[in-house]
Amino acid sequence: MSNKPELLVTVSSMEELRRLAEAGADAFLVGEERYGMRMPGEFTREDVAEAAAYVHAQGKRIYVAVNNLMTNDVLDELPAYIAALRDAGVDGVEFGDPSVLAVVREVAPEMALHWNAEMTSTNSSTANYWGRKGATRAVLARELNMDEITGMMDKMQVEAQVQVHGMTNIYHSKRQLVQSYMEHQGRPVSGDLGLQRGLFLIEAERRDEKFPIYEDSNGTHIMSSEDICILEDLHLLMEAGVQSFKIEGILKSTAYNEAVVRAYRQAIDAYAADPDRYEFDEEWLDEVRRLQDPERELGFGFFYKEQVY
Amino acid sequence: MNTMDKPKYFGKRHRLAKPELLAPAGNLEKLKFAIHYGADAVYIGGQKYGLRSNADNFSFEEMREGVEFANKYGAKVFVATNIYAHDEDIDGIEEYLRNLENAGISAIIVADPTIIEIALRCAPKLEVHLSTQQSTINWQAVKFWKEEGLPRVVLGRETSLEEIAEIKKHVDVEIEAFIHGAMCSSFSGRCVLSNHFTDRDSNRGGCCQSCRWKYDLFEDARPQTEWVSEEEAADNRVLEQFRLGVNQKPLYEENDNPFSMGSKDLCMLEAIPDLIEVGIDSFKIEGRMKSIHYVATVVNAYRQAIDSYMADPENYVLKPEWLEDINKAANRPLNTGFFYDTPDNEDHIYEPEDKAVPYDFAGLVLDYDEATGIATIQQRNNFKPGQEIEFFGPGNTFFKQTVGQIWDEEGNELDAARHPLQKIKMKVDQPVRYFDMMRKKNVKKVKMSAAV
Repeated sequence: MSNKPELLVTVSSMEELRRLAEAGADAFLVGEERYGMRMPGEFTREDVAEAAAYVHAQGKRIYVAVNNLMTNDVLDELPAYIAALRDAGVDGVEFGDPSVLAVVREVAPEMALHWNAEMTSTNSSTANYWGRKGATRAVLARELNMDEITGMMDKMQVEAQVQVHGMTNIYHSKRQLVQSYMEHQGRPVSGDLGLQRGLFLIEAERRDEKFPIYEDSNGTHIMSSEDICILEDLHLLMEAGVQSFKIEGILKSTAYNEAVVRAYRQAIDAYAADPDRYEFDEEWLDEVRRLQDPERELGFGFFYKEQVY
Repeated sequence: MNTMDKPKYFGKRHRLAKPELLAPAGNLEKLKFAIHYGADAVYIGGQKYGLRSNADNFSFEEMREGVEFANKYGAKVFVATNIYAHDEDIDGIEEYLRNLENAGISAIIVADPTIIEIALRCAPKLEVHLSTQQSTINWQAVKFWKEEGLPRVVLGRETSLEEIAEIKKHVDVEIEAFIHGAMCSSFSGRCVLSNHFTDRDSNRGGCCQSCRWKYDLFEDARPQTEWVSEEEAADNRVLEQFRLGVNQKPLYEENDNPFSMGSKDLCMLEAIPDLIEVGIDSFKIEGRMKSIHYVATVVNAYRQAIDSYMADPENYVLKPEWLEDINKAANRPLNTGFFYDTPDNEDHIYEPEDKAVPYDFAGLVLDYDEATGIATIQQRNNFKPGQEIEFFGPGNTFFKQTVGQIWDEEGNELDAARHPLQKIKMKVDQPVRYFDMMRKKNVKKVKMSAAV
């Protein structure tokens, strides 16, 4: 069915990609730290080519995150990187920095572009602006609520992608904040401060919330203390015509991501089969709940919040 | 802060002979002080679409008055319209920008491309400057915005001098950079801590500065397979353990300072030659929420440094009193941000912050009678006979004295100037002028330190 929304998931390895393809994901987002922001694992150019061949054989799609804030020195490498992605046959690249637009126009004019500026992709008019610059899809900010998202859909001249599950980034600095803090304390840390380290922050007044924090070559990243889970109300986004649902797989086990993909797969298929009689089935979430880190809540993120300023 | 062994930069400012000194103005009075003390341009916030929803922002009427005042000095007024808009914000933008244009505003500072497009279409007399909120840190992105019709780009605060030189080499466009004041420690715009903690949208002006709160840093003490929730890991026992703190391995000890993301404030006064030589067109001071005393003092110091360097680059020396003055108004330790190197442990604030400013604005000179040597001073903070005070004004106007007898307007002698805005007469040791300021040491600071 061509009008079914796409179910996209970020993956950390070929092995995870295979298992999540099996579980029912339609599309995969991969990348490497030098060009892409906060990926769950590294996919070299060769890995991307292998993954592209694998998913295309199943009629699925692969996109590559090239959404870092680029520095001058990375600009020199970008044309070769984009050319490699073109040759690998990827279905599109995500960008945030306008420098990527210029390179794609030059090196791979046929390549689909998805605009993903994370927390700053907040309105339909700006999504359409990037559409006029060549983007075919906008990845909407996780800080938008349900009314804002559904209200935007009529005005969008590009496809919309909405994150429906997993954690989100809530702070990104170019500084090495963990390392600086440990040095300040006179206790330099041994080993790497990356995703695998299991570092987290607890704010003085919120003792029951853990905020994962990690460092990589792009700086310091702080993640949300809850996982978004919109499955119960996914039909609202399907009714509104959102074209792509994203599951963020970062900092999760493959088993967990498999359970999440299966749950959303069931909901999307059930809705497509008969939208009028569609009903959310609590059981779809059983396995997700069973595997959910008990120290992290499943919640609706900003979908039902009203923000002030 | 050592700039001795640094490479020299020879970028060209393409449009402005001398770099522009751009100052914040949180209200009409601050605008007047910023300009009188030497700003070439000021940036302000209007009632909507700016990132300081707590500031006492300008009405269109106040903008007109501000522009009129600025014109007398040949200065310009910019308006920050740098939110990331949501759909609900878009309807009124066109009318708002037309009103800015009619008020005589020279430029708007914009982050969201939607506002850029509306401005170019509907308010062509407004220059559009790209806000630092876009985190523009490479020449290709700068070129993109130039081609979109923007004459100026405010770079992300993560850009080094070397990278600025590279940008200037590739693109002929005005470059503006923050050179002084408080900084987001995140990439500007890439922080929603405020949204998460308090439902206040930082990208529409609601930032509650969660980066300066206190945090504890831990390592997960569970086996990795558990915290990434492998099968069988999830049972209530784990949650109970979390509540008890069993799963947390603290990365601090009992008397350590807590973790913080808060950055020291930027101060590039000692690096003025490098900033000028690299070709930065506009030097921007942060601080629309800061006091009159702060704005006047900081602007005055940079004005003197820039003028002194431009008059004679070969023989330029930094005067220690410029830096001393800045320290009298500063409430945080200072550093050089990303200009020379990525900030490290020396560049963040972990100790409890002492927010008291070393000096207070005690009074504003309204008038001076040359014949009697008596000045009329508008009270801005309590002062009384016997206190040590300093007078300063634009340029190198500066002297210290002790407060002698003081009188109210009717000539009644007073034991202290207690009432805000009360007009006080006092004898001054040297001539003063309207707009000169009188400051005194902040005694509160001593008390606060003692209490800690």
